[in-house]
Amino acid sequence: MALVLAPEPPADEWLAELDQLTARSPGFFGGRPVVLDLSAMRPTPRAMAALLAELEARKVRVIGVEGVAPTHFEGAHAHLAMPIGGRAAGDLSAPEAPARKATSLVIDQPVRSGQTISFPDGDVTICGSVASGAEVVAAGSIHVYGALRGRAIAGSAGDAKARIFCRKLDAELLAIDGVYMTTDELDPALKGKPALARLDGETLRVAALD
Amino acid sequence: MAEVLVVTSGKGGVGKTTSTAALGAALAQTGQSVVVIDFDVGLRNLDLVMGAERRVVYDLINVVQGDANLNQALIKDKRVESLYLLPASQTRDKDALTAEGVERVINQLKERFDWIICDSPAGIERGAYFAMRHADLAVIVTNPEVSSVRDSDRIIGLLDSKTEKAERGEHIEKLLLLTRYDPIRAERGDMLKVDDVLEILSIPLLGIIPESPEVLKASNLGSPVTLANPISAPSRAYLDAARRLRGETIEMTVPSEKKRFFGNLFGRRAA
Repeated sequence: MALVLAPEPPADEWLAELDQLTARSPGFFGGRPVVLDLSAMRPTPRAMAALLAELEARKVRVIGVEGVAPTHFEGAHAHLAMPIGGRAAGDLSAPEAPARKATSLVIDQPVRSGQTISFPDGDVTICGSVASGAEVVAAGSIHVYGALRGRAIAGSAGDAKARIFCRKLDAELLAIDGVYMTTDELDPALKGKPALARLDGETLRVAALD
Repeated sequence: MAEVLVVTSGKGGVGKTTSTAALGAALAQTGQSVVVIDFDVGLRNLDLVMGAERRVVYDLINVVQGDANLNQALIKDKRVESLYLLPASQTRDKDALTAEGVERVINQLKERFDWIICDSPAGIERGAYFAMRHADLAVIVTNPEVSSVRDSDRIIGLLDSKTEKAERGEHIEKLLLLTRYDPIRAERGDMLKVDDVLEILSIPLLGIIPESPEVLKASNLGSPVTLANPISAPSRAYLDAARRLRGETIEMTVPSEKKRFFGNLFGRRAA
C-alpha cells in the first residue's frame, strides 16, 4: 500500500502544513512508500524537482509521481526513492483479450424433428426448415429461411423486443419472452405464408411478411 | 468396395423389412453379392419375408457373442445365387447386441459382400442405433402420412449425429423410399403427395413404391416381391430403385399395374 500525497499550490504553504502534520505525529511517514499526485499543482519541471528535494529532506519516500508528463523527470530521478522490501515483480502478463463472444448463430442445415437448437447469447438464423417436433430457442430473435413447422422460442432470457421471422409459417408453438401461442390460436390465413411474430405488450402478434 | 446400407424409418409398419428383402433381392438379381441382416432382435421378421424361417440354426446374436462363426449363421437364398441372410434371434432382446460384436460382424461381412443391408427395427433405441451405426448409406422408408414423415425426420437427425461416419465429420448419404403410395388418393388429398414429403424431409428420392396387394401376397409366400412377381408394379419400382443405388440414372415414375383397356374404361364409369 502506498500513501498518496496531493500537494496544492502554493507549494510553500502546503509544505508548511505538511510540517505541522509531521510535528503532531512524528514518524507518520516512517519509511512508507508515497505516491505524489501533482495533478492539482501542475508544477514546472524545476518546481517539481525542488518539491521532491524538500520532501526527501523530510524523509518522505516518494516512489512515484503521477499527474505530470514523463518529460518532467529529466534529472529528477535522483530524488525518487527505491521501494524497499517486497517481492520482485515478474514480467507483466497482459490479460488475454477475451475471445469476442459470438452474438449470432447460423445453422446451415434443416433442424430435424427431435433436435433442439439453443443459443443463449443472441439471434439464431436457420438456413433451412425447422421440422415438426424440433425446437429453436434463442435469447434474441429467430430467423428461419424455410418452413417453420416446429417450436420457436425467442427472447428466452427475457427480451420483449425479440422477434420471429420465417419464410413459411406452420409452427407448432411460437413464444417471445415467455408469451406463447400454439397453432390453434394462429390465424389460419397466415398458414404457409412468410410471417413475423412480435410482442405487443402482453400479446403476441403475428403478421404476414409481404 | 462394400457398401453398408441401413433401411430405417423410425416408425413401425411402414415397410422396412419388405423393402430390405426386395432391394436385397433386386441387387442380387443384378449380380451383386448381398447379405441382408435382421437387427430386430426379439421380433425377427426378415427370415419369414425371405422364406428362410425353417433354416435358421445360428443367428446374429450367436455370431456377435462368438458362439458361432459367420459361415454357420449365414443362410444362402435358394432362388438367387448371391443373396444371403443373417437372421436375428427371436429368443433374446436388443441388450444382447454389443458395439464391438456388431462392428466385428460388419467388418467380416465387408470382406465378402458388395452390399450389406441392415434391416433396422422400429424406434430409436439400441437396435436401431446398432443397425445404423456403421452405415455408409441410409434408405429412409416413409409412408405418405404425417406421423411417418415426422418419424423419418427424427431418424435423419440421428443418422447425422449418431453414425460412425457422422462422428468422423463425414456426410452420410440419405435416400427417401416412399412406400404404399397411391397416386389417386394423393391427388384427392387423402395422402401426402410426393412433393410434400420431399419438401419436408429435403433428401433425394430413391423410389416410389405404389400401394399393391402384391406386396402382402409375396410376404405371405415368403418371398421378396421382386422375386415373387418381378413384373408387378411394386417389383418394377424396387428394381428401378436398386439400379439407382448402383448409380444408374432412371427416370422417376410411379409404376402402375397394367390394366386391360376395357377394364380401365368401365372401371372408371362404375366408380
